[in-house]
Amino acid sequence: MNEETSGLVAQYWAIGFFVFAVLALCTFMIVAASLLGGRSQGRSKTLPYESGILGTGSARQRYSVKFYLVAMLFVIFDIEAVFLFAWAVSLREVGWTGFLGAAVFIFILLAGLVYDTRVGALDWAPKGRTPRP
Amino acid sequence: MNWLSPTLVEALIAMSKALVILLAAVLLGAVMTVVERRLLGLWQDRHGPNRVGPFGSLQLVADMIKIFFKEDWIPPFADRPLFVLAPAIAMASLLLSFMVIPITPGWGVADLHIGLLFFLAMAGINVYAVLFGGWSSGNKYALIGAMRASAQTLSYEVFMGLSLMGVVAMADSFNLREIVNAQTTVWFVIPQFFGFCTFLIAGIAVTHRHPFDQPEAEQELADGYHIEYSSMKFGMFFIGEYVGMVLISALIVTLFFGGWHGPLLPPIVWFMLKTAVFLVLFVLLRAALPRPRYDRVMSFGWKICLPLTLINLLVTGAVILIVG
Repeated sequence: MNEETSGLVAQYWAIGFFVFAVLALCTFMIVAASLLGGRSQGRSKTLPYESGILGTGSARQRYSVKFYLVAMLFVIFDIEAVFLFAWAVSLREVGWTGFLGAAVFIFILLAGLVYDTRVGALDWAPKGRTPRP
Repeated sequence: MNWLSPTLVEALIAMSKALVILLAAVLLGAVMTVVERRLLGLWQDRHGPNRVGPFGSLQLVADMIKIFFKEDWIPPFADRPLFVLAPAIAMASLLLSFMVIPITPGWGVADLHIGLLFFLAMAGINVYAVLFGGWSSGNKYALIGAMRASAQTLSYEVFMGLSLMGVVAMADSFNLREIVNAQTTVWFVIPQFFGFCTFLIAGIAVTHRHPFDQPEAEQELADGYHIEYSSMKFGMFFIGEYVGMVLISALIVTLFFGGWHGPLLPPIVWFMLKTAVFLVLFVLLRAALPRPRYDRVMSFGWKICLPLTLINLLVTGAVILIVG
């Protein structure tokens, strides 16, 4: 085996070992703590903690639609960011032609962002409920 | 000693180096929990933990012993598999990212060509820890905290990758070792100042550090997504946060401050010094800044940082093409 291959093999072993060691460490921390800890009983111990007030209903609730909106915006913008990753790493190869394409792409992204802002998709509360600064 | 071929020796050396890097990362994360409390004490005019051992130096050992012997409580209303999995993800995803960081010319686990993408992927996986932990706890506070945390992390991850693309364009590579080597003449913090600012902000937000720690706002949410966690499972979330802090500091040094490059002192000392500066900066931010309102945090990310990174990338591309 020549030197370069030998170095690569060593690196792959190191990567494999590192992943294994990380997983082993996490498993050890969880298992050891569950074996070492004490046990105790209590009358109200099996209730969810709600600052001392008895809870009503379960925690499997519906939550604000805003969070779904953020998730959708994330998917849109992050996937478009991935295209820009590819452009950034090949910037010198694709030259001005690529730059022009990327510029058009970025301006469409920015226009989309301005549109989202104007329709209020990025405001956390509806207009009437927004506290004045 | 026939079986001890050069390849095997090399592999064993590489594996032991990997182990040293892993242990150093975990230990530094753990030590930072105490260092942070001491520094906060200093800046807030109080003592901080100073009872255990000389000058409180053994506080970490006491904390570890205590947290290992706490009751490992899995609530009956929780979703067991996810409840156990969440802290493991929180810690493992951040620790795995240390793999791609080149510490000195001779030290570093993996020399991946996709180094930076690997970090971004791991940062993405880290969101699952918060989401699983908060949802599986079966607690309303935890659920709200988890939703807030993941919405905030997603919003800041959108431009986290974009803020680094200026650096990638300048170094022409995702490989962190090549990025460091591209900074021998000038550190990237100078041409990529906006990239540095936005990455620092995104890094703080992604690790849920102050001032972006609304998800675990003690006053409103009684601790957020890890409210039902106890014992070492809580400890893993806790140490995971500090490991994230170390990771982001090391990444900032690698990407923007020339990594191990520096005059006179050996490379390892330079790397550690620079990382320490950013670790202290993280603590100082916590000591100095109040916590902004959640809607302000979200709109700051989307309306200011995201356009800024896009324009920064475009201008960087134009300048590189004009100059080169």
